[in-house]
Amino acid sequence: MDVEDIEIELFVRAMQRRHGYDFSNYAPASLKRRVQQLVRTHDAGTISELNRRLLHEEGFVTRIIEGLSVPVSEMFRDPPVFRALRDKVLPILASYPEINIWQAGCAHGQEVYSLAILLEEAGLYDRARIYATDFNDAALHVAAEGIYATRDARDWSRNYIEAGGLKSFSDYYSARYDFIKLDQRLRRNVTFFNHNLVTDEVFCEAHLILCRNVLIYFNNSLQDHTLALFRDSLVRGGFLCLGTRENIDFSPAAACFSDVDAPLRIYQASSASMARPLAR
Amino acid sequence: MTARTAIAMGCSAGGLAALQRVLPALDRRLAVPVVICCHTGSADVSLLVEILARVSALPVVEAAERAPADPGVVHVAPSGYHLLVEPNAHFSLSVDARVTYARPSIDVLFETAADAWQGGLVAVLMTGANSDGATGLKAVRHAGGYAIVQDPASAESDVMPRAGLDIAGADACLSLDHIAQRLNELCIP
Ligand SMILES: C[S@@+](CC[C@H](N)C(=O)[O-])C[C@H]1O[C@@H](n2cnc3c(N)ncnc32)[C@H](O)[C@@H]1O
Repeated sequence: MDVEDIEIELFVRAMQRRHGYDFSNYAPASLKRRVQQLVRTHDAGTISELNRRLLHEEGFVTRIIEGLSVPVSEMFRDPPVFRALRDKVLPILASYPEINIWQAGCAHGQEVYSLAILLEEAGLYDRARIYATDFNDAALHVAAEGIYATRDARDWSRNYIEAGGLKSFSDYYSARYDFIKLDQRLRRNVTFFNHNLVTDEVFCEAHLILCRNVLIYFNNSLQDHTLALFRDSLVRGGFLCLGTRENIDFSPAAACFSDVDAPLRIYQASSASMARPLAR
Repeated sequence: MTARTAIAMGCSAGGLAALQRVLPALDRRLAVPVVICCHTGSADVSLLVEILARVSALPVVEAAERAPADPGVVHVAPSGYHLLVEPNAHFSLSVDARVTYARPSIDVLFETAADAWQGGLVAVLMTGANSDGATGLKAVRHAGGYAIVQDPASAESDVMPRAGLDIAGADACLSLDHIAQRLNELCIP
């Protein structure tokens, strides 16, 4: 066996035994690339040196999590998805007196603000609560601040328009120098907190769950586990929105969902399945 | 000679024309997976898949998250995502940061494919105007795989093959017509 692969095994074990983070069911190839990247970022030379610091150095694990999580995101990413949420999902959610939304793996929060804008424009935001979670505290902190590089704003503005935005994207931020700051009123009904999809439980009854570009990092069994968690968190008839590349077809949880828009990976929890006992 | 069990190809500027030349010349009996990373710059790779399917002797599909790298099928990396080959020869995707300004990146494909297929891999680096793929090609050779670089003199854009030769060297440096021929020789028992 390759020495590096052995070192990665030890890394995964150290993360689990010493710090309680379980990466054993992440897709190995991308996990390996990220760990190799960490070796470079921390000038460690080898994964074993990384492991040594992970075991002995106070607080080092936080930086490891930051390096493993790579919170890449954008506002209104895949605009047709937001358009479909606007046209097909929000009108149904409008019938609920209160609307709980769980945004899992929120990274730097771009999707959270995008959602808040959608809800605002649909006149639903005052009835809504968005639970925005990630297992990377540093990312959650950035998300809560809502400050991004100005150079991204042009792309995001284009996305916003393609997603059917009703105003001008610039109405939602103030620009200073190289940064834009999202209107903090958009945060008024958002709760940011740490939640690990591998180890943490259901915490709310959601009407809509958004989790995009997170499952791609998991192997099949962890994907199945996470989809079961989502199923158990959704109210009857609630919606699940996954990234356009992710697939639930092969998961046991698929039986509990029907298509709202198959190519855009928007599903609805079918009521029949909800009557079944929840598998854990 | 080692049996070659998989092919990975990378190209950028001029890549579409190059692929249209290589794919039709691949033998129908080629029973190994072919995986392609071609920078297109477009948001949707389905058009590229369609164009290649029209000329290819083998079926061409968009590589799907978690699907196996099927033998005798050409898999094209989707746009906007890195395409990785997992140790069990299934695909995975990632939206991690760009590598050498590219996502999908040829380096990422080659490095993970080298891990998965080791000496069984044949990697092909063709025309392109950047240096993506060179480091990946090095990993392929390091793992005992066979590296083919398009002859820079015959490439529409020679930066990529030159970078490949500089950084990794190659087992063969060939024109497009000869690339297909060599792939057939290497992969058909
Ligand atoms: C690529 S980002 C996706 C951002 C956003 N959803 C999007 O699609 O633009 C993936 C996020 O998933 C988070 N993540 C990965 N594993 C997780 C886990 N086990 N629990 C919670 N979040 C996780 C990472 O920290 C990262 O912020």
